[in-house]
Amino acid sequence: MLDQLLSIFANVEFYAAIIRMTTPLLLAAMGSLLAEKAGVVTFSMEGMMLMGAVGGIIGSGVTGNVWMGVLLAILFGISVGLIYAIMAVSVGAHQIVTSVGLNLGALGLSAVLYPLVFKRGEEVIQTVIRVPSMPLLKIPILGDIPFVGNVFFNHLPPVYIGYLLAPVVWFILYRTSWGLKVRAVGEHPHAADTVGISVAKVRYATILFAGACSGLAGAFLSIGLLGSYMENMTAGRGFIAYTAIVFGKWEPTGVLLGTLLFGMADALQLRIQALGIGIPYQFLVMFPYVVTMIALISLVGKASWPASYGSPFRREAG
Amino acid sequence: MSELLRLEKMRKTFPGVLANDDIDLSIEQGEIHALLGENGAGKTTLMNCVYGVYRPDRGRIFWKGKEVTIHQARDAIALGIGMVHQHFMLVPPLTVAENVILGLPSPREPLLDIKAVEKEVEELSQRYGLAVNPSAQIWQLPVGVQQRVEILKALYRKAELLILDEPTAVLTPIEVDELFAVLKSLKEKGISVIFISHKLEEVMKICDRITVLRDGRKIATLKTTETTPRELAKMMVGREVFLKIDKPPLKPGEIVLKVEALSAKDNRGLPAVRNVSFEVRRYEILGIAGVDGNGQAELADVLSGMRRASSGRVEILGKDVTDCTPLEIINHGVAYIPPDRQHTGLILDFTVAENLVGKSFFKSPLSKWGILRRESIEEFAQQAIQEYGIRTPGAQVKAKLLSGGNQQKVVLARELSGNPDLIIASQPTRGLDVGATEYVRTKMVEARNRGAAILLISTELEEVLTLSDRIAVMYGGEIVGIVPADQADIHEIGEMMAGTKRLVDGTLTLKIQETEKAYESSD
Repeated sequence: MLDQLLSIFANVEFYAAIIRMTTPLLLAAMGSLLAEKAGVVTFSMEGMMLMGAVGGIIGSGVTGNVWMGVLLAILFGISVGLIYAIMAVSVGAHQIVTSVGLNLGALGLSAVLYPLVFKRGEEVIQTVIRVPSMPLLKIPILGDIPFVGNVFFNHLPPVYIGYLLAPVVWFILYRTSWGLKVRAVGEHPHAADTVGISVAKVRYATILFAGACSGLAGAFLSIGLLGSYMENMTAGRGFIAYTAIVFGKWEPTGVLLGTLLFGMADALQLRIQALGIGIPYQFLVMFPYVVTMIALISLVGKASWPASYGSPFRREAG
Repeated sequence: MSELLRLEKMRKTFPGVLANDDIDLSIEQGEIHALLGENGAGKTTLMNCVYGVYRPDRGRIFWKGKEVTIHQARDAIALGIGMVHQHFMLVPPLTVAENVILGLPSPREPLLDIKAVEKEVEELSQRYGLAVNPSAQIWQLPVGVQQRVEILKALYRKAELLILDEPTAVLTPIEVDELFAVLKSLKEKGISVIFISHKLEEVMKICDRITVLRDGRKIATLKTTETTPRELAKMMVGREVFLKIDKPPLKPGEIVLKVEALSAKDNRGLPAVRNVSFEVRRYEILGIAGVDGNGQAELADVLSGMRRASSGRVEILGKDVTDCTPLEIINHGVAYIPPDRQHTGLILDFTVAENLVGKSFFKSPLSKWGILRRESIEEFAQQAIQEYGIRTPGAQVKAKLLSGGNQQKVVLARELSGNPDLIIASQPTRGLDVGATEYVRTKMVEARNRGAAILLISTELEEVLTLSDRIAVMYGGEIVGIVPADQADIHEIGEMMAGTKRLVDGTLTLKIQETEKAYESSD
């Protein structure tokens, strides 16, 4: 059995799978990091991703064009983001409760939308509907490098976007005026307000960006990896992405490492399942979530979230 | 000199409160103009209206003779008005330069060219004599330097009028002198300053003209050269005030609180209290002076049982109470007046009665068999309300609806009931106006006169000097000196508060024993 386990690590395909399985987590977590830095709890990523997944399948299935699917997924993600921004920023509602509501709402809505669009009624649950899915994009030259090429440069387009997002988000946060505003809003919204920064505008923009990225992450699951849809397809990946932000202590590098850890756990459990070594698959499916728990307990220590984290901004209250 | 800013009939109401009642004000170019008044007189509200934080209900604002409308801070900044709030509007994890540029386009928009900003800040700080390191993070800087950053922030935005809200409240005496030097240099360069304060001596020292506010109304605008502190105090309060508290000399009795080589850590796990030793006796007030954040808060936490000591020993009336729970410490006859009445001192959403019985509700006659007895509680509360003159519509009103002074009276009534042997009072008059301050101080002296030992922790040096029999100074978590109040030299204490002088060193306990001895022989 040990031999079999070791053989997993000897296979190039395993490392490529890590990169692949990390992508949805990375897109959602890195896309939401700006909003998090601005002091917003983006616990609603799960719902954004799920709407993205169903938006992707609908767009692709109806038009027959996978890129229309991607577009619809992003729009769906932004829509959830807009509702969340209205609730969290304008109304000032409790952010965790609002997120839970949106996540459950997205679960219900996606379960209704999918059969409604594909008009299969009961049948839809049993039969798998195939729609056009994303093509592989092999990067010229780099993709031909032995080992490295297969691991890093022979993937679906969103994979590259995900990994580019990490340095881009870092650059925005620490090297642009706009990023300075985002950090200031998260740490001391009253101070930001007194120098004429619109706290609401910054938070709206970052939440909508989180929605767009999470929507793309959802599309990656439905019309990227599979080309088909299952109910509750995200299966808690939005929550794991959130955990990666906590694990990464709200810093781009940390978040990247966090998503890679959970991506690896996911890739590993899939491979162990395939070995067929008598462990019930339910336990293996649990594996990434168990890793999440252990990582949070043992590695995080005292987290350092933005000072205004989760609290709505009210001008005259200060 | 020409007029820079003129306010006409400014009015602002909050639900149930008339904060500004048709106030007129005129500020000239290059003058330092004081807004003097008690807490709640409407000084800050008026300035917040000018700065665009609040919108006035009515009134007109003229800037350089032209009428302007200011809807938000951005408008005020664009005109050339800068404001340094009492609570600094700086983002702690960001650097000085980042805080200065925040909200403005950087020299290489949209990129953040922080090096260029640092250079500009450097130049600006040299021109106005405001020494700061532009690449330091705010949280690492002492409050006095943070204040300079706020001033730099306004100057960087080309402010011609600088509004300073209670700027000296957080400063050591030396930092106050430095601030005044900066203000004078600003004045020379033609910048006007509005100096909000309730401290008469400071206003007399630095300002050209003074406008006194009381209960939201303007009482008068006077030239500093043509008035006296006595006249100003009368205008501020509306009656004669006697801040000198009558304190008969008493011979200290037995030792009530004995602290030996006590150390404790702060919330980040760093040493905050270092090897502190002292005693407090009956009939005695020991004042602990020091700038905020030098371990006083942590010391009070340990003594009241809310924080564990990392080493050392605390004794009350000869019994070891180190690391006892708050309840055990209360049962040893200790009262604690916490520095923050809104969060630690009171439960704001509870009623006045519930807050008053907070320490004794589980005892007879307030409860029986674990069930609260409403009539007894009401009776207890009514009695306390009478005795302490708490102004409240009733005992069943939520504590958050009371004014700061009356909230503090609720805390005092709860803590002083049952005649405690030891009273630990941390910032007991912070944020209170003259009347309430007078009341709290009188109550403390009364407790001392009946034989309680009092440990007074205050960052208001004037308060420590007025009330204490002995004065200890804390700096960097250590007690750097203990002196009898009648021998205290304000400059020496100021230097100790700033850390530039210490009366005791490594042989701390020994030196303290010496002062104690000298003290005993002086009686």
